[in-house]
Amino acid sequence: MDVLILARLQFAITTVFHFFFVPLSIGLALFIAILQTRYKRTGDEKMKQMVKFWGKIFLINFAMGVATGIVQEFQFGMNWSEYSRYVGDIFGAPLAIEALLAFFIESTFLGLWIFGWEKLSKKLHLACIWLVAVFTTVSAFWILTANSFMQNPVGFTLNPVTERAELTSFGQLLGNPHTVYQFSHVFFAALATAGFLILGVCAYQLIKGRERDLFTKVFKQAAVFAIIGSLAVAGIGHFQGIYLVEEQPMKMAAADAHWNTADKPDWPIIAIPNKAKGNNALALKVPGLLSLLSYNKFGQQVEGINDLQKEMTATYGADDYIPNVWITFYAFRFMLLAGLLMILMAVLALAWKQKLLEHGKFLKLLLPCILLPFIANTGGWLVAEVGRQPWIVYELQTVSQGISQVVSAPVVLLTLLGFTAIYTVLLVIAVKLVLKTCRDGMTAETNIGEPPVASAV
Amino acid sequence: MDLNTLWFILVSVLFAGFFFLEGFDYGAGAMLPLLGKSDKERRLIINSFGPIWDGNEVWLLTAGGAIFAAFPHWYATLFSGFYLALFLILLALILRIAAIEFRSKKEDPVWQKRWDIALTIGSAAPAFLFGVAVSNFVTGVPIAANMQYAGTLWNLLGPHDLLGGLVFLALFCYHGCLFINLKTDSPVLKERVEKYAPRLFFAMLAMLVVWLVCMFILSDMFKSVPALILTLLAAVALVFSILTFLKKRPGLAFIGTGAGIVLFTFAVFAGMFPNVMISTLDPAYSLTIYTASSSAYTLKLMSIVAACLVPIVLAYQAWTYWVFRKRITEKDLEQMHY
Repeated sequence: MDVLILARLQFAITTVFHFFFVPLSIGLALFIAILQTRYKRTGDEKMKQMVKFWGKIFLINFAMGVATGIVQEFQFGMNWSEYSRYVGDIFGAPLAIEALLAFFIESTFLGLWIFGWEKLSKKLHLACIWLVAVFTTVSAFWILTANSFMQNPVGFTLNPVTERAELTSFGQLLGNPHTVYQFSHVFFAALATAGFLILGVCAYQLIKGRERDLFTKVFKQAAVFAIIGSLAVAGIGHFQGIYLVEEQPMKMAAADAHWNTADKPDWPIIAIPNKAKGNNALALKVPGLLSLLSYNKFGQQVEGINDLQKEMTATYGADDYIPNVWITFYAFRFMLLAGLLMILMAVLALAWKQKLLEHGKFLKLLLPCILLPFIANTGGWLVAEVGRQPWIVYELQTVSQGISQVVSAPVVLLTLLGFTAIYTVLLVIAVKLVLKTCRDGMTAETNIGEPPVASAV
Repeated sequence: MDLNTLWFILVSVLFAGFFFLEGFDYGAGAMLPLLGKSDKERRLIINSFGPIWDGNEVWLLTAGGAIFAAFPHWYATLFSGFYLALFLILLALILRIAAIEFRSKKEDPVWQKRWDIALTIGSAAPAFLFGVAVSNFVTGVPIAANMQYAGTLWNLLGPHDLLGGLVFLALFCYHGCLFINLKTDSPVLKERVEKYAPRLFFAMLAMLVVWLVCMFILSDMFKSVPALILTLLAAVALVFSILTFLKKRPGLAFIGTGAGIVLFTFAVFAGMFPNVMISTLDPAYSLTIYTASSSAYTLKLMSIVAACLVPIVLAYQAWTYWVFRKRITEKDLEQMHY
């Protein structure tokens, strides 16, 4: 296989794996911080056990996030070293700041939190988990600032002497409008991801009839996370789409398999895109909806893939500027479908919580719903990254220009297989451990801090 | 001093900190099967670095980020050139994180045994590989005129490089023994540390001397006076550590290895200066702090960021060590996480 395809596949696989854990870490850390704040106020020992129960799930997840995260920082240099040379002057800064500002705080204060239950005052110990929660989010901001530069490069100039892009305005890099959309999108997606995991786990505990009062309380709070997350992410996503129609029209055209510029474009629900013919072999469409989605009003002209290809060829020279329409289109639809189901389930969980909590069927339905945010998260990243192709930095450098010159296909294949194998094994183990934690419930020895108090068992 | 030099120093500080801090938890992890015979003893060892290992590892991530931001060509040439070596380091680090976090999540001897093996490999392999990398830093690697690495994996694995790997492995194991000696309160562990630490030290010293002779022949490292002085100081610190260890002064002994590691790291970087990647094909092809660096704007920006953040990081990491300053005993294990 082609080295470019292999390197792209490796990036896709390592990133998707990493992003299974990241949003959960962001959301869970915040959730645990809130629970522990409640414990600090009430001094309720049961609540402390509850904090430790979620803490155990959080730590399994966080370890996976760290394990998959190291590869992220290294593979820009390993597989994409020409990219690193070309934009490293800009792209390296947010990565270094992320490590200095966020990674150090996350890791140090997480260690303090895990081991500090008896060593720190309650106030200080609570501060530790809040620091972890806040700086896990800060970490996401910096890496998304870096990604946003790839999506919408700003604040730079091309230096003809060094033959690379160089940073001219840190302010512009930070104020990239793409970051605003992407960061808020990811943040609320993280709330929803944690919300649905907690709803599912609570549902399981309630089905088992364990600690009804306490898990009901937590269930309600998770429902708030889930509804805020799902609704906000949908709302932000809509405006992000409008923004992207301006900034990256090709990505959005591919995401909707919209081939030809049209005055009253339809929105295909499902389609069979045919790139060779430049049309959809078959499509089930909603008339006129694409204009509304793209511009917030009906009857607006939306540019199609074929016309954009012509424009980009005129500007950047002959090349194939069309991303994989199949992946972009269906990843987008999986994300939308999962998102809609999340809104529906979150509304149900919140609106009729008391009645539904006694309804075994609804509780059981919440278990598979844990997966919905993961489907949406993965779909979202596929749209963002596949939809940007063939560019590695939009309209500045293509992936084929960014790939390492000294790395051969067999070597990339080896590392691709190696990372995929170890990630898969660890994912299976982590999922099993989380399931075991859920089965054991919160009265079991949680193994964080001191052994359970006799009266609380 | 210009900003390029400042960032070269900062990168060397990050590596020195990384080798000093993660050095002892690599060493403790690598020595796990020799020092810890029962589950309790192993848990004592793992919990001795339990609250801090993750923070220690961030020094490596930050060093990587700092190289990327300040010297993009160094980052690009190094990471694409040392591709397979880095791949092995990454696999080992992933294994290690999983081992530390997952080991205690099941009360099952077979499960724990497997993770113990993973922790040992995941600690010993990077310790060895970082030594190999340092040896290559000093002697240089084939780099062509276009800044690209022009060798294969085998170029990185010369006999002197493998020896460098063994020096690092032995040094970190020794450092790890002294750390366990300082941080745990267990007569059994103490006895075993007293058995292994001197052997590790003398094995390390013998290999180090041979390796330094190799470096003297194969590289220009000792043409740099600061590198020479720093190497001598490092040797003094290491000898100090074994003497104080034998006199049962565990605190001083640990300071000795720590200082030895830090000084030796500085010696290596001083020997490279102003190069960051030495080319064996033609000295003119070597990457320097000027040809590999970011723009003046980015260097200035990152300097401001580092000046603001580094003192804070150092303060709270030091505070963490203070919080967990007490030796841990078997009684503490009931309250321990791992």
